[in-house]
Amino acid sequence: MRHIISILLENEPGALSRIVGLFSQRNFNIETLNVAPTEDATLSRLTVTTVGEDKVIEQITKHLNKLIDVVKLVDLTEGSHIERELMLVKVKALGAQRDEIKRTADIFRAQIVDITPSLYTIQITGDTGKLDAFLAAMQPVGVLEVARTGVSGIARGEKVLSL
Amino acid sequence: MELLSGADMIARALHDEGVEYIYGYPGGAALHIYDALFRQDKVQHILVRHEQAATHAADGYARASGKPGVVLVTSGPGATNAVTGIATAYMDSIPMVVLCGQVASHLIGEDAFQETDIVGVTRPIVKHSFSIRHPSEIPGVIKKAFYLAGSGRPGPVVIDIPKDMTAPTERYEYSYPKKVRMRSYSPVTRGHSGQIKKAVELMLKARRPLFFTGGGVVSGRACEALTDLVRRLGFPITTSLMGIGAYPQGDRQCLGWPGMHGSYESNNAMHHTDLIICIGARFDDRVTNNTSKFCPTAKIIHVDIDPSSVSKTVRADVPIVGPADAVINEMISLVQGRELANPEALAAWWTQIDGWRAEREGKLYEPAAPGEPLKPQQVVEAVHRVTRGEAFVATDVGQHQMFAAQYYKFELPNRWITSGGLGTMGFGFPAAMGIKMSYPDDEVVLFTGEGSFQMMMQEFSTCKQYGVGVKIINLNNQSLGMVRQWQDLNYKSRHSHSYMQSLPDFVQLAGAYGFRAIKVHTVEELEPALEEVFRNKDELVFLDVYVDPREHVYPMQVPLGSMRDMLLTKTERT
Ligand SMILES: Cc1ncc(C[n+]2csc(CCOP(=O)(O)OP(=O)(O)O)c2C)c(N)n1
Ligand SMILES: [Mg+2]
Repeated sequence: MRHIISILLENEPGALSRIVGLFSQRNFNIETLNVAPTEDATLSRLTVTTVGEDKVIEQITKHLNKLIDVVKLVDLTEGSHIERELMLVKVKALGAQRDEIKRTADIFRAQIVDITPSLYTIQITGDTGKLDAFLAAMQPVGVLEVARTGVSGIARGEKVLSL
Repeated sequence: MELLSGADMIARALHDEGVEYIYGYPGGAALHIYDALFRQDKVQHILVRHEQAATHAADGYARASGKPGVVLVTSGPGATNAVTGIATAYMDSIPMVVLCGQVASHLIGEDAFQETDIVGVTRPIVKHSFSIRHPSEIPGVIKKAFYLAGSGRPGPVVIDIPKDMTAPTERYEYSYPKKVRMRSYSPVTRGHSGQIKKAVELMLKARRPLFFTGGGVVSGRACEALTDLVRRLGFPITTSLMGIGAYPQGDRQCLGWPGMHGSYESNNAMHHTDLIICIGARFDDRVTNNTSKFCPTAKIIHVDIDPSSVSKTVRADVPIVGPADAVINEMISLVQGRELANPEALAAWWTQIDGWRAEREGKLYEPAAPGEPLKPQQVVEAVHRVTRGEAFVATDVGQHQMFAAQYYKFELPNRWITSGGLGTMGFGFPAAMGIKMSYPDDEVVLFTGEGSFQMMMQEFSTCKQYGVGVKIINLNNQSLGMVRQWQDLNYKSRHSHSYMQSLPDFVQLAGAYGFRAIKVHTVEELEPALEEVFRNKDELVFLDVYVDPREHVYPMQVPLGSMRDMLLTKTERT
């Protein structure tokens, strides 16, 4: 099963490499990874998505928790949560296709954020499935470049991941 | 407040931390620190002859004393030479603090002379690491490093120290912190009471219970409590290779150790038990054999201070995360005044175990008759007799290590010192050195093989410099015996590169450093030679014992089998 694990990490040099290293060292898999500072300058928030059986996920969270730089951790998929990813994509946009692409983008609530005579740059947010579907829809016109942030997430309701 | 340079802070902080010995080797990036060591007399620096030896010596010291071992090396090759020793300590959860010199901050990343990203290199084999970014951080980082190394599940901690952080011209206020608090690290101090109750109920109801304990009981200083609990319940106990000595091995309740070369009774008991009470052991692959056939009828209680050890290789029915001593003591208070539900089942269990014991009694190996080449097993037994089972015993890795573990019976913890997890040839000699320096009045014996010994034999020189009187028993089978054994069993005796064609004359080799050495071939020569070896506690003596090169270590578990599937001799199997 796919899990989304969010981590509050000491904002120390080398901390990120310990996380990434752990995954390769123990043969755990990383689907996506994103990391950025939080409102507290001493902490970063890191989100990984990974796929594995329960036993493997249990080992992943235990080993992550063991890293000295990991302050707190939550497996968001254990409860209801909100999951988002942002994607920027450049597609070929010529002649009649320009309108068609615009219509499709609207259906997906994506925005065209830059244009040239021959291409569009489109921004779209959503869960991984929605982004994948949009990419599939753009495939016939020609996808030139894709930049995805990887999944970020947060628990629904009163639950807060903080110190 | 006092103003000190970074280098002086290091020397001072080590003293304030109570460090007696630091094992190291100098070089450019560490020279300010070496100068600071020169100008003080509180912490004694031991100059080894290879940085790997520094880590193993610190490791041996740590295993014997329970206190973190301390290492100081220079950047680049000094630091990379230490890597094997750091990995060895990591695999066996040994507390160690390794101070590494580094090129000056402004040179980092430029492929400067002797620059290695040692924090990167050691990342997967340390509990944690630090890079010093300002000299004023030094006291705090050293305090944290010792705290991390020694608490929770112990392990090595590396501190990377760029040369400019130790410059004598820059001075800062020094004070050594009394306490550490880290928001991201707080090892558990006790186990979950509900889980412990559940465990005790299972224990009282069990029909064929078995304690299986490991290095966590030794490092957690829980051996007395364990012995108390095991005796109260009257259950059998088997200790992992790392846990040898936690419970007196001469005692009737002790079945030896389990696993690949574990005792017949231990492995059979493991296979047939209905309840494993595992404390501070981690069910590694050398113990469990094929996990899918492991202990088919057993429920498993697993106590460990490290949650990631629990249910890693085998599923625990009652997981308990907590320190061994606290959990065992809580168990003791719960069993007090309680009776076993099935005392007759336990009695029958013992009858079964005694039956296994009797099956193999006197059949473990055939001692050499006079004139025949000695058997390594009988040499270990002879050393055990002469030292009354009281010595600190360090080993290298190979057949001799297994024979030492099988035939030297330990009554006390912290005396069996071996590289269990990594299996590092070359570990033994420097480790023995580290032990002897801290316990000069005790007998320290090294069981080694001619292969392993040659990996660290330069340490003769260190022993000469510091007058380190370890007793070296070289079980010389003129081959990489353990490799040869596998080749005999799995490769139709094609001895590919397991034969030592050009052994040195070890007597002359030891003699070159001024040490006495004795060569022995037969039973008749052995006893008088051992007497000479152990005559003077302070003298290093090298005993070169020629043993039968064809000998194999048995029992040996059959690959992919269950615990009880074993080869018993070259011709018998279960
Ligand atoms: C550093 C290192 N290299 C290789 C090995 C693989 N290995 C395990 S036992 C062994 C043979 C050891 O020979 P020796 O020290 O003579 O001991 P013996 O088995 O003959 O008693 C080897 C090569 C190892 N454990 N460590
Ligand atoms: Mg050998």
